[in-house]
Amino acid sequence: MTTAPQPPSLEVSGLAYAYPDGHQALFGVGLTVGRGERVALLGPNGAGKTTLVLHLNGILTGGAGTVTVAGLPVAKANLAEIRRRVGIVFQDPDDQLFMPTVREDVAFGPAAAGMRGAELEARVHKALALVGMEEYANRPPHHLSFGQRRRVAVATVLAMEPEILVLDEPSSNLDPASRRELADILRSLDVTVLMVTHDLPYALELCPRAVILSDGVIVADAPTRDLLSDDELMRSHRLELPFGFDPRTTTV
Amino acid sequence: MGAGHAHRLYRHGHSPVHRLPPHCKLAAVFAFVIIVVSTPRESMWAFGLYAVLLAAVATAARIPAAFLLKRLLIEVPFVAFAVLMPFVVPGEQVHVLGLSLSEPGLWGAWNVLAKGTLGVGASVILASTTELRELLLGLQRLKLPPLLVQIASFMIRYGDVITDEMRRMSIARRSRGFEAKGIRHWGVLGKTAGALFIRSYERGERVHLAMVSRGYAGSMPVIDEVTASREQWTYAAALPVAALFICLLGWTL
Ligand SMILES: Nc1ncnc2c1ncn2[C@@H]1O[C@H](COP(=O)(O)OP(=O)(O)O)[C@@H](O)[C@H]1O
Ligand SMILES: [Mg+2]
Repeated sequence: MTTAPQPPSLEVSGLAYAYPDGHQALFGVGLTVGRGERVALLGPNGAGKTTLVLHLNGILTGGAGTVTVAGLPVAKANLAEIRRRVGIVFQDPDDQLFMPTVREDVAFGPAAAGMRGAELEARVHKALALVGMEEYANRPPHHLSFGQRRRVAVATVLAMEPEILVLDEPSSNLDPASRRELADILRSLDVTVLMVTHDLPYALELCPRAVILSDGVIVADAPTRDLLSDDELMRSHRLELPFGFDPRTTTV
Repeated sequence: MGAGHAHRLYRHGHSPVHRLPPHCKLAAVFAFVIIVVSTPRESMWAFGLYAVLLAAVATAARIPAAFLLKRLLIEVPFVAFAVLMPFVVPGEQVHVLGLSLSEPGLWGAWNVLAKGTLGVGASVILASTTELRELLLGLQRLKLPPLLVQIASFMIRYGDVITDEMRRMSIARRSRGFEAKGIRHWGVLGKTAGALFIRSYERGERVHLAMVSRGYAGSMPVIDEVTASREQWTYAAALPVAALFICLLGWTL
């Protein structure tokens, strides 16, 4: 007996997109992320990272190419299921947390998918426990610290039990302790992760594999340490390591 | 319900009135106000009985009289004009303490004052025993247009975020040596308001994106189902039913 191979969590191929004003942001992006992988998406400002992310759950569509999430193509008929499978954590937690209390915010996604009552309550608790924020369930989000809000933002998408977690700049504005706490949480999760970041040490710490998106195409795809050690490549795509950081000697 | 947004009118407690589901209380207060307003103003004793009813509810809710009376003061600016009615409304004149007052004006003033005070009283009791968040759930449950309820809940959530943004902009202004002193500076304040609007608008777009990403398709999902048992409805109905009885007496006597 043979088992069918599991489809990869994410498969993007030939993705091209131009904004309505004519500005072309993506020129044929191809990217495959296997189940359970953690991949860093690196690239300078304006490279098209956010544009790519918005294609993953069908917020932007209409260009050329295809996106498939665990075998399901992103298409109008599948949007509800796609949005359950792709959990996007946006950069500013104040945009992500729009309900009056943490609990209701975490419940929003599953409730929108039709979940109710005790099942919903259990789902909320599980997601909050994964990020260590159970005690804050009844607090309004604006009473939390920035690091706590980011963790709750992660919980809001974990509550949907996504196939793939997509994080846009997860370490921005975090102090070192919150940054480490978030890394511990992300490492402990059993989920595929695509992490958009400028924070190269963070990428090295969390993601064994990295890709570089530059001017709307994937220009490199390799183990993170190899990429960060390639000075020529890094310089030509405006990616700079912080002062004193040497990826060759840092142990993860 | 969360300890979240306790508003200034709310008075924390564990009375039977606090425990009633919000939509029962909303419906009861609404019915009470309608009944009070449709009572003939000539039945002065009826209004006295209404006040006794409210006092009974306040006692059940363990709201001290002083607290209630202080909150009632918010109606003062709204009923101030009622005091003028006896002087300005034309009609038969009566003489009280050497003042010449119009009789229809006196009745008009009484009508506004009595009904207004009772309405505000009922609302103050509602607000003192129900959290803002619960009120919204109640309104949602009573099938108020969902858009209105959503706007109200976003106002609670983002009120502080926007106030904060406003404060930061004011600090930035003042750090650059600007103090709003007079009419000449209103232009700058106007520009700040414009910038604030744009920032809020852009935030709205980003929030919408985040909502759509989590499966929002035009209506808020039901997260807390507020339900009421038959006893709870009966308990809440006590106020409007008693009031209706008084009102009918007022019409027939
Ligand atoms: N709404 C928009 N309309 C037109 N052009 C846009 C829009 N959003 C982004 N762009 C452009 O598309 C390019 C890619 O942007 P983006 O995906 O946001 O980059 P990144 O997230 O990598 O910094 C940029 O040149 C940007 O100016
Ligand atoms: Mg971006």
